[in-house]
Amino acid sequence: MPTPIPPILEVRNLVKRFKKVTAVDGIDFAIRPGICFGLLGPNGAGKTTALEVIEDIIPATAGEILFNGRPHSPAFREEIGIQFQHTTLLNFLSVRETLVAFRDLYRETESIDDLVEICNLGEILNHRNDRISGGQAQRLMLALALVNKPILLFLDEPSTGLDPQARHHLWEIVRHIKGKGKTIVLTTHSMDEAEYLCDEIAIMDHGKIIARGSPAELIRRYCAGPVIILPRSHVHIPLERLPLPYREVDGNLEITTERINTGLETLLTLGIDLAEMTVHSPDLEDVFLNLTGRKLRT
Amino acid sequence: MSWKRIWAMFKARNYEFFRDTAAFGWNFLFPFLIIAGFGIIFGGRDFADFKVGVFPLPVPASAPIIADSLADTNLPPKFVTTSHLEFIGFPTLEQGMEKLQHHKIDFLVQLDAPGPRYWLLETSPKGYIVERLFQAAFLPDDGDFGRKETVAGREIRYIDWLFPGILAMNMMFSALWGVGYIIVRYRKNGVLKRLKATPLTAFEYLTAQALSRFFLLIFTLVAVWIGADLLFSFEVAGSYLDLLIVFSLGGLSLTSIGLLLAARGTSEEFASGALNFLAWPMMFLSEVWFSLEGAPQWVRDFAQLLPLTPLLRAARKIMNDGASLMEVGGDCLILIAFTLFCLVLSAALFSWNE
Repeated sequence: MPTPIPPILEVRNLVKRFKKVTAVDGIDFAIRPGICFGLLGPNGAGKTTALEVIEDIIPATAGEILFNGRPHSPAFREEIGIQFQHTTLLNFLSVRETLVAFRDLYRETESIDDLVEICNLGEILNHRNDRISGGQAQRLMLALALVNKPILLFLDEPSTGLDPQARHHLWEIVRHIKGKGKTIVLTTHSMDEAEYLCDEIAIMDHGKIIARGSPAELIRRYCAGPVIILPRSHVHIPLERLPLPYREVDGNLEITTERINTGLETLLTLGIDLAEMTVHSPDLEDVFLNLTGRKLRT
Repeated sequence: MSWKRIWAMFKARNYEFFRDTAAFGWNFLFPFLIIAGFGIIFGGRDFADFKVGVFPLPVPASAPIIADSLADTNLPPKFVTTSHLEFIGFPTLEQGMEKLQHHKIDFLVQLDAPGPRYWLLETSPKGYIVERLFQAAFLPDDGDFGRKETVAGREIRYIDWLFPGILAMNMMFSALWGVGYIIVRYRKNGVLKRLKATPLTAFEYLTAQALSRFFLLIFTLVAVWIGADLLFSFEVAGSYLDLLIVFSLGGLSLTSIGLLLAARGTSEEFASGALNFLAWPMMFLSEVWFSLEGAPQWVRDFAQLLPLTPLLRAARKIMNDGASLMEVGGDCLILIAFTLFCLVLSAALFSWNE
């Protein structure tokens, strides 16, 4: 029997309270090395607070955090990389000078040339920090998080505020980093981002983890199957004759089926016009909706 | 402690300072303008002139009047030729009274009255002095007024006395705002939080900030000194090296106050208020502009608690009186103790993100 791989990071019953507000309410999870683990949840769910407690930026109220099986030690900061959601870079420094300044804070470091290549910073290397775009700044932040060759990388909402092109560019960089065997913990409220980047996800709401698993597992567990969406006016049979579960939403019929082929065959047999049909595959948004009754993006 | 990390932060802060052209320029321009302004306004003179309004004269209101042109008036000649009196002409009594009531002049005399007729504000000390001068001008010269002795040696110009004060004041503003305000701003906008995520310790960060500011203070001091010296040829009776040591100790003590103020807090408004609360008493009570001789004892005692006081006292003793470093050793020790106290306290209280 193979020996199980010990988790690189383990969080046990973590609690963080701010006066009367409990931002993180007893969360537990363990992360295997080499995966991308996502904390998914709406704004205010407690993701960033949880991450900052785990990063040792703010103290925990209760609970235990183990890095490679041990509590935080001074060496922890040498081995992790952090990209914060909101931060400002030192003014009047160029991108290169910023990279060099942060590199000099660590013992073991990545070469500046490699960072520039990984994060695609070549064109802005001599630009000043306050004269680069939001996407470029995010890539620089990511480079700073990688400057010490971290084995564990924390990314807090890394693509927030970026346009679609810049977001996809960043995702490709994160996948490339993951491909190098680094463990990544990221928070996001974007289901696309979570599905695209994460191997495992913990869905957070009101400071608690309400579901955990791979994106596919979560969808399988909490969603019934694909949904066929038809304009209600195109269905000319009495709805009681529909042998599939359905609901009426905004003038449409949403018909759930476990298997798309079987579902479509059933509808065609009933003589229903499928010309304006759309099919929606369940995603993490549906998982969250089914778990909480609310949409993730509200 | 890692000197590599301290050096990295030291360099980063210096880049910021030298590239922020507006702030950089102001650091030099501010003391230079004040020194140049005072030099031009007062030259080598004492600034305690007394202003005497005279009327009626066919001149525009508030016109300066040359004393010689008053020789044929009813003013006693001895009064007209008294040093440090400045005569200002007015066409009418009303125009002169308006200035007198607003303390723009100290004394007002009517020239066409048969006997001496004058006005002054009963509560004005300068008015009182001018009145006594005016009355004394009518006395005969043969009184026994004692024997006059002239002070031997080099006369210290007001600008020579003021110069160390301006330099120290600039140092104070630069140290307090350049450290205190900047760190609070960094805490507010998340720069400190980003640094906390690295192995950099609070002590290393504060040391880098203190050293960077110290370097910039001394750099500014030397540059302003050279520029001002070209204009006014200041004389240093003591040793330049001793003076540099005293200013260095003063710079460190003022920087350490900035660090202490910046130990906590994220409100730039509060930081600015607190810095002003510290800076203004130092500016007025540490004898930057004027001596506290004759001020109430408690004011003078309080002034001793401010680090600008020993800095200025020592600097002036070296520059104006030629004192040695040993002779100002007590002040140096106060500055060192002040620095250590503030540094230790600020390191203990420092928070990256609270």
